Amino acid sequence: MDLTLSHTFLNVHDIDLALAFYRDVLELDVHTDVTMDDFRWVTVSPRSQPDLEIGLMNPYMGPGAPDADAVLTLTAKGSMNGLIFATPDVDADFEKIRAAGAEVLQEPITQPYGVRDCAFRDPSGNMIRLSQSS
Amino acid sequence: MTTQAELVEIAHLRRARNLIDTQFAEPLDVPALARAAFMSPSHFSRRFRAIYGETPYGYLMTRRIERAKALLRRGDLSVTEVCVAVGCTSLGSFSTRFTQLVGASPSAYRGQDHAAAAYVPGCVARYGTRPSRV
Repeated sequence: MDLTLSHTFLNVHDIDLALAFYRDVLELDVHTDVTMDDFRWVTVSPRSQPDLEIGLMNPYMGPGAPDADAVLTLTAKGSMNGLIFATPDVDADFEKIRAAGAEVLQEPITQPYGVRDCAFRDPSGNMIRLSQSS
Repeated sequence: MTTQAELVEIAHLRRARNLIDTQFAEPLDVPALARAAFMSPSHFSRRFRAIYGETPYGYLMTRRIERAKALLRRGDLSVTEVCVAVGCTSLGSFSTRFTQLVGASPSAYRGQDHAAAAYVPGCVARYGTRPSRV
């Protein structure tokens, strides 16, 4: 097998709020933004990984709807995992993201296992961590 | 369907919990946390418990004990130094609470073998090692 990660997904309660965070604050590119009937399919990609699509999924759209209350409640509680991005300058990124009003979960600290990282939550409660190797 | 208002309330509770997660070493009290959630102290305590399964003060103490475990695993800090570093003011009640939740006294815990901790990222250990009273 020769596998490459191509898609990963986040549950969000409001796609426009999520776009404002992932596109405008984290500066990801919008890969796809289309609507079929009531289903809106939006994916974003890091500039350095244009083939990796992060789907911003509103679980009320589509077959997940019966579970959407539970999924979004858990996400809002901060119980779900999220994504970790690598960055060459975690301190500069942290200041930009904080200045944009994002929810800070951890200011930049140097971890004993050799990375410097910080953490935020997206508007739905998913954890987003930025990590810089030393 | 979970209403937008319910998700907003959970997000307020989550932000108050972020405050515990980041400011646990400060003399936090329930009125200060309730203000961060835009709620009265009694309503805040009730809703926090309903969502997170423990009281705000209970969560604060398990967060402090989890941090104390991390500091004790380093092996170079005294129990008193750890007690103060996590925001506890009484060594006696810190030790009692620690022993209740962890099943070993702070000094006994410090003396245990913590070799596995070197392989677990801190942000993961933080969730995995927080004692639970539920």
